[in-house]
Amino acid sequence: MQNAIYVNGLTKRYGDVQAVAGLDLTIRQGEVFAILGPNGAGKSTTVEILEGYRSRDSGEVSVLGVDPAKPTRDWRSRVGIVLQTANDAAELTVRETVRHFASYYPRPRDPDEVIEQVGLTASAGKRVRQLSGGQRRRVDVALGVIGDPELLFLDEPTTGFDPEARRLFWELIAGLARDGTTIVLTTHYLDEAEALADRVAVVARGRIVAEGTPATLGGRGTASARVTWSEGEIETDNPTKTVIELSHRYDGEVPGLTVTRPTLEDIYLRLIEPS
Amino acid sequence: MTDIAAPPAGRPAGRMPSTLATGMARGLLETKMFFREKDAVVFTFSFPIIMLVLFGSIFSGSLEGTGVTVSQLYTAGLLGAGVMGAGFQNLGIGIAGDRDDGTLKRLAGTPMPPAAYFIGKVINVLVIAFLSSVALLAIGVVMYDLDLPSAPSSWLTFAWVFVLGVSASALLGVAASSLPRSAKSAAAVISMPFVVLQFISGVFIPFTQMPEWLINIASLFPLKWMCQGFRSVFLGDAGAALEVTGSYELGRVAVVLAVWLVGGLVLCVTTFRWKSRRDG
Repeated sequence: MQNAIYVNGLTKRYGDVQAVAGLDLTIRQGEVFAILGPNGAGKSTTVEILEGYRSRDSGEVSVLGVDPAKPTRDWRSRVGIVLQTANDAAELTVRETVRHFASYYPRPRDPDEVIEQVGLTASAGKRVRQLSGGQRRRVDVALGVIGDPELLFLDEPTTGFDPEARRLFWELIAGLARDGTTIVLTTHYLDEAEALADRVAVVARGRIVAEGTPATLGGRGTASARVTWSEGEIETDNPTKTVIELSHRYDGEVPGLTVTRPTLEDIYLRLIEPS
Repeated sequence: MTDIAAPPAGRPAGRMPSTLATGMARGLLETKMFFREKDAVVFTFSFPIIMLVLFGSIFSGSLEGTGVTVSQLYTAGLLGAGVMGAGFQNLGIGIAGDRDDGTLKRLAGTPMPPAAYFIGKVINVLVIAFLSSVALLAIGVVMYDLDLPSAPSSWLTFAWVFVLGVSASALLGVAASSLPRSAKSAAAVISMPFVVLQFISGVFIPFTQMPEWLINIASLFPLKWMCQGFRSVFLGDAGAALEVTGSYELGRVAVVLAVWLVGGLVLCVTTFRWKSRRDG
């Protein structure tokens, strides 16, 4: 499988702050890749360098085979970007906005089809100003995919969503991924990364500190389990054995029994602790 | 990948849309957006008209036996102010807003050629300036006995002063849009110098009543020259006596506006930012 994104030894400094300090990253074609990390970890800077918005100090960067520091129109037409905050074009209708953006691209998708895909057909004639936050975000996604991109960047796409809107949004993104679009997602929500991403990377202090599938990140898959019941708790590598023993002790049902592995959030918080 | 839509008629599949076509599409879109903000539309078009009615009511009569009425003088001056407002003020504030609300950043992430954005703005400004000039002239004719010139040469002068003036003002507006720190401060940052410029450029106060040093300062900026060009069209030869040099100096008007056009272009190219200050 080919690489959509290849980054080697990326650095970026703002004055005294080393925002990105030798970051390496490989994202394969067709993958949904989540980049996690606290604010100020270098996550946004890295993504903006990949998107061609920001220059870098050093390092090798290739996005769809092109150096994003020298963005061409052709390259721009292959990359879709959904930014964090945008309140533009409020006086246009959804359909007008999507149709207009389609005219920027050499091979746009059908605007009505894209509006349908993001679930805005019923609101297509509404002014963008009149939409809810979640609906507006869907317009952003529609504008991100109207050019039929090979690669889509999503920057904290569901911040401020209610749980139901978030689920619906996840379905939309999963659908795009099924169509073969490579998706790079930054998020603060660990459950979002777990639900959507094939692989995740945690950025802290300007570097990738861990990388893997959501299930195995940071040794999560092999971490010891915690067995708790109403009268005690134990950390063990053999939780099944412990449960059987407890079951014998209580002669059947163990009161208040839970068996947990560390959540992605537990792993994440451990990874981003200042060293 | 997914089903690819048929390319719009007239464009072969997979070819980049032309800069000009995209610019025209943006001009249409900008104009549509402008006319949908009803409050902004009302204020943009009514400002010069209200000023004309106001000054026309306060001062009346003709000037120093030239047969030129004060209202005619104000119509010509306010034409200049209206044109500069459409270009400088409208774009200075509008682009600062585009930068703040994410429009520019979003556009920079698409294959839209940057020039198309500016072509769109220029079309938008030309439409606004044209409509506002027509409205002002109509009021002048109906209420203040303004005589529209009949000689084609006068309209030719009007056309070049208008086009050069709008273009220079638009470019200055684009350049000035980088000054405000945010969309909120843009109105104040852009409007204040513009109001001052109107007062010293002979829009409201005739040059005969101004100290020489102030006239010299005003002469550095394009507004004085635009107003002078418009006066030559609407006040006729009799009004030339009211000019500082006793002549409309059309050659100099053209040179100063052209210099501002080039200077504005250089300023735009060297200082334009696609990102807001927060964005670094």
